[in-house]
Amino acid sequence: MNLFKVDSARGRGRAAGKPSWSQTLIELTRRGPVHLLLIFLAIVWLTPSLGILTTSFRAPADIATSGWWTVFDELGRLSLSNYEDVIADSESAPPGIAQNFLNTIIITVPSTFLPIFFAALAAYGFAWLQFPFRNTLYLSIIGLLIIPLQTTWVPVLRIYNIFDLAGTWPGIWLAHTAYGTSFAIFLLYNFFADLPGEVFDSARVDGASELVIFFRIVLPLSKPALASLAIFQFVWVWNDLLNALIFLQDSNMMPLSAGIRELLGQYGSQWNLLAAGTFISMIVPLMIFFSLQRYFVRGVTAGAVKG
Amino acid sequence: MAGKHSKWLPLLFVGPALFILVVFLVYPTIHTVLLSFTKGTMLNPGREFVGLANFERLLTADKTFLRLNRWPPSGVLPTTALWVLVFPSLTVGIGLLIAILSDRVRYEATIKSIIFLPMVISSTAASVIFVFVYSPDLTKGVLNAAMTSVFPHFEPITWLGRKELANVAIILAATWTSAGLPTVVLSAAYKGLPREILEAARVDGGNAWQVFWRVSLPMLMRPLTFVTIMLTINALKMVDLILVMTEGGPRGATRVIGFTVWLEIFGNNRVGYGSAVAVILFILVLPAIIYQIRQIRQDLR
Repeated sequence: MNLFKVDSARGRGRAAGKPSWSQTLIELTRRGPVHLLLIFLAIVWLTPSLGILTTSFRAPADIATSGWWTVFDELGRLSLSNYEDVIADSESAPPGIAQNFLNTIIITVPSTFLPIFFAALAAYGFAWLQFPFRNTLYLSIIGLLIIPLQTTWVPVLRIYNIFDLAGTWPGIWLAHTAYGTSFAIFLLYNFFADLPGEVFDSARVDGASELVIFFRIVLPLSKPALASLAIFQFVWVWNDLLNALIFLQDSNMMPLSAGIRELLGQYGSQWNLLAAGTFISMIVPLMIFFSLQRYFVRGVTAGAVKG
Repeated sequence: MAGKHSKWLPLLFVGPALFILVVFLVYPTIHTVLLSFTKGTMLNPGREFVGLANFERLLTADKTFLRLNRWPPSGVLPTTALWVLVFPSLTVGIGLLIAILSDRVRYEATIKSIIFLPMVISSTAASVIFVFVYSPDLTKGVLNAAMTSVFPHFEPITWLGRKELANVAIILAATWTSAGLPTVVLSAAYKGLPREILEAARVDGGNAWQVFWRVSLPMLMRPLTFVTIMLTINALKMVDLILVMTEGGPRGATRVIGFTVWLEIFGNNRVGYGSAVAVILFILVLPAIIYQIRQIRQDLR
């Protein structure tokens, strides 16, 4: 039997009957290199994160004398004390990891919802309302999708200085809102455009205004797309370093990413604290990834599948 | 199609987004183009009009930007070219490999998650992770430790401290963080290919290799182009990995163009000069913007 036929059923029980033991063996030998290559890549991809994760639990004396890959000899000495130390220390890299964590939440939550709200309004307008230059405007927004933010820094900072927005929370929320809006419009437009127009029409016949249609029909129908987008934008803002450095400026307002960079500069070789701090900065994105992976991946692929 | 509504209603829907995009993206880009013809500092941008002097200096006099009189050429533009040549092709290659090979294994979801995982962590965290991986200290850097155990006479290398190696080292870290994008995009596209055509090619006697090159790959051209463009743009815009890992060093070796805008504006406080670099970056990204608009315009019709 042609091996590919089995493959095309993708091993989900569509192939007739169970393969015999010898068939399995033949398959394994023929496909051996594929498995080896995939497992090799998996190990290469996991090793860097495993290194920092393992190190974050090791005793400083062990980190100084042996590599993290020898961790199995010292399982009894692993502890959370690096985490306690890095959280307690707000001196070496002010304002400290705990404050960085809080700042990240303050920055991220509004910066997730504001762009989605504005983008949803706009995407509905582009997808379902009639107005002059509609397609031209939409295409211009697509063009803005990949503009390098480098070309905006100085003039936006000028505006911020005039309106006293530099170093304020609304300042960073606005910047993230602006920088997230074009992608959000693009993603939501694709979703909204595929919604059944007849539903809107019958709602209009019943006398519903466009705003009612938007809030009562479009938004509830679009929960999957809104969820993907929210998760994507949340992780994006959570991980941002540059906008925080440019628009917040004040070290007391800095998010985790800036705090970690500060730790790297301050501690350099104190890998126990650095590893624990780095892992703290990764916890929330990792939790989101493991619980909501499907939505997150959809957010990433959305641009490609249609666009 | 849409019913009758007030002429001003659309403005209520698209107005706020358009306003914020104009204020934060459109106007600033135009202003930066104007600033690129001037000399100034952050406190006093656009102080003095200098015409094309910034560009002239960047392209002919600034040895850190472009140095052609010695082989190999060095400076920001050649470093950027290296990134643009190596990073997208390596990342897309790995993504394609995993997308296609994992399509036929039972642990497909697991391996794709493992490759995708680094995409959700910050560039800063990824930078710290790779500073650790590349450490020349044999009790820290897993790369040097592994090399030493395989080759007994191997001397630990400071990967991020050597001019000729630092770019490759950061590119590999960037590949680690980005390979999830081509993996999930190409995997989704591959699964969407019409199975009958692939089957037919096999029935006609094509082996796996031929079917891949002659049938699957041509049908994946659009998603392949998409991810290649995205990753190329990311290479051009790259700031944070470089900022955290090497700050452009050693001796300027890892300054790509996106990072150089940061360095000139915020590091050297040369706002006009940095704006000129930003304009060159914009020009490099422009073909991708035009391509993207054309693709979407086709879809709209």
